[in-house]
Amino acid sequence: MRRWLEGLKQLRRYPSAVLGTALILFLIGLAVYTVVAIPYSQALDLWRGGEQWRMHPVNASPVWTDRLRGGDLPETQIISSADVTPEAEPFPGGRRLQIPLSFDYQSSAFPSEINLFLTAEEQARAPFVRLIWQAPDGREEVLGGRRMAREERVSISQDWALERRLGHIPHVGLMLDPETADRPGPAVLQGTHTLLLDVVLFDENAGLDADLVVYGRVHGVAGTDHQRRDLMVALMWGTPVALAFGLLAAVGTTVTTLVIAAMGVWYRGWVDAVIQRLTEVNMILPMLPILVMVGTLYSTSIWLMLGVVVALGIFSAGIKMYRAMLLPIREAPYIEAAKAYGASNARIILRYMVPRVLPVLIPTFVTLIPTFVFLEASLAVLGLGDPVLPTWGKVLNDAQEQSALYNGFYYWVLSPAFLLMLTGLGFAMLGFALDRVFNPRLRNL
Amino acid sequence: MLIFSGKRLLALLLTVLAGVYLTIIIANMGGQVDELRLVQIRGEISEAVRADPAFQDMSSAERNELIQRQVALEVERLNLDQPFILRSFDYLYRAMRLDLGRAEQMHSDAGSRQVFDIIVERLPATLLLFGTANLLIFLTSVWVALHLSRRYGSVLDRSVVGLAPSSAAPAWFYGMFLILVFAFVLPALPSGGMVTAPPPEGRLDYLASVVRHMALPLVAMFLSQIFISIYSWRTFFLIHSSEDYVEMARAKGLPEYLIQRRYILRPTLSPIVTSFLLMLIGLWSGAIILEQVFNWPGLGTLVFQAIGHRDTPVIIGTVVIFAYLLAATVFLLDILYGILDPRVRIEGGR
Repeated sequence: MRRWLEGLKQLRRYPSAVLGTALILFLIGLAVYTVVAIPYSQALDLWRGGEQWRMHPVNASPVWTDRLRGGDLPETQIISSADVTPEAEPFPGGRRLQIPLSFDYQSSAFPSEINLFLTAEEQARAPFVRLIWQAPDGREEVLGGRRMAREERVSISQDWALERRLGHIPHVGLMLDPETADRPGPAVLQGTHTLLLDVVLFDENAGLDADLVVYGRVHGVAGTDHQRRDLMVALMWGTPVALAFGLLAAVGTTVTTLVIAAMGVWYRGWVDAVIQRLTEVNMILPMLPILVMVGTLYSTSIWLMLGVVVALGIFSAGIKMYRAMLLPIREAPYIEAAKAYGASNARIILRYMVPRVLPVLIPTFVTLIPTFVFLEASLAVLGLGDPVLPTWGKVLNDAQEQSALYNGFYYWVLSPAFLLMLTGLGFAMLGFALDRVFNPRLRNL
Repeated sequence: MLIFSGKRLLALLLTVLAGVYLTIIIANMGGQVDELRLVQIRGEISEAVRADPAFQDMSSAERNELIQRQVALEVERLNLDQPFILRSFDYLYRAMRLDLGRAEQMHSDAGSRQVFDIIVERLPATLLLFGTANLLIFLTSVWVALHLSRRYGSVLDRSVVGLAPSSAAPAWFYGMFLILVFAFVLPALPSGGMVTAPPPEGRLDYLASVVRHMALPLVAMFLSQIFISIYSWRTFFLIHSSEDYVEMARAKGLPEYLIQRRYILRPTLSPIVTSFLLMLIGLWSGAIILEQVFNWPGLGTLVFQAIGHRDTPVIIGTVVIFAYLLAATVFLLDILYGILDPRVRIEGGR
């Protein structure tokens, strides 16, 4: 025990050990916070995508990437009818509502999209809605009217007739400065824009809810992907998944390898020979293609992958290393003494032989973790990750499929890559420092 | 010596046998893939028959009979009418004889369905890229490490040691960054592929195009492995620099280069040769993901496609070739060990 404590004290002399430990603690903290803040089932629901993301922009960059460059790209604004006071004008059999959805727009860039979401209670006769856009300079543009269903999504940005009329795509045409309309790059007319809903309801007590969404070009800390999902969910949940996978794989592989190597050394004879042959067979098997085959032909469940990784990692080159270290230990006097005292084989192996190589095992173990973290990311990049789990590799895979680099969505690739690198560096730094402290051959240098 | 070689050869052959058979089992899901393929075959043939105008006038009974007959023919073509266990041994037997047979779904760019042709067509691309990269890494790391081992604790030494953790990330990871920087931010190099499309006419132009396309994957692999390699070799040489006989030579006042060549490199030649030969094996296996990221038409991409198509002969073919190369290398290693290291005389040496 004293030796361990001395080793830990020595670690503090290594800046890489301190930095590595700090990184690991940060990642563990992030993982714990993630599990608490976004429960597992909620994360799965969010990552599935769909309606809950409908008010998020598509492929929006993180806010800070724009602000750092002194830009003022717009963030998403949601103007809800619940926040405004409509003018009501009753008439026999119904009433007329005028709902002004106003927003102050100060960015010098156009929004990426404009949508209107309408919800009405069940009524005998469907309400009639007319949309009028009012610009800050007093101009009005009638967007058209429609009889609406219970739930309606008005894609203003995809209104083709409106686009033809305005000469620009709708969210540009509606918000541009008229004096710049003929330029190649029209300017935004800043100020208060209003979408006026002129609603005729055929039920005196009926109401109508409306949400006008002016989608921005930047969003949150991590941005969004092609399905409007906030990447922060995947980046956060990628942390516990990566750490769990790496840790379990490293533990499973290392401990099993060590015990098997010790058994081989202890029993010698045919047991040792069988283990050596299995190791050589395992060297022939190409690990990644086998994982690809398992993922393609069976299932991509992350736990199955973990099991296969551990199984393939057991009879690896590590066995030969441990065997070389254990052979001299087997002949040590205290092993002979233990045998003479009648200690069982299991006790000798687990109690006396295994602890002797732990000092060298720990650095190997720590250095193995990032290897497995990257292996999980590698499988995900190949499209063989667990389909329901949000992970860093999955984000990279999505980015690759949607040609993120080609389209200039660098944030999509760089954020998961950054976290992967942090994980790799953290564990590797600590592992290397531990290696220098505990490796007997290096200690004397 | 002959007896030992014979035994070793037999052991290696059995190892290859076991490895290949395991791959056959995995590639076929223990036989379950057959059921998937039967369903697929039946579906495809039914679809084809129903869509064919020539069979429109047939009655339902006649059409069903026709479908059954064609399904039976296809099953016979693919040998699916035999139990999987028998076919697995047939696969194994022919694989060990390097009779790789015909691919079931895939074909080479030249149009051949021979597995051998398919693999050989992809081999040069993989050899070119990974051979160049691994040689560069190996030679650079050994050379730099040898010099660093004499400057223990220097700024350069501590820098390299500090950078070793960067090798935690695989090559494809650096590949993405390199593509981001050099193909999109500064559009100076191509982001993928092996040659410009359409290919340049002249031989020199073609060569230049390949070199430009190789640059990024090469640098990606170099960045991924160079520091850990130097670190490993440096540690290795440091340990050997501390041996008593090296200290003795230094005490005698021998020049540094003589000490390095005779007292450090010579005794460590065995592990160096071992690493070199094992590195050669890596040439053949390629790297699936790096090839995916860079769109490089090598063996890794081939294996990935074969698995996607469930084309068992191609999968087994690549593994067999890899296994034989590994076995040959290990055997060669044993011979070289006996030559290089006098302490490893075997049976009957006096």
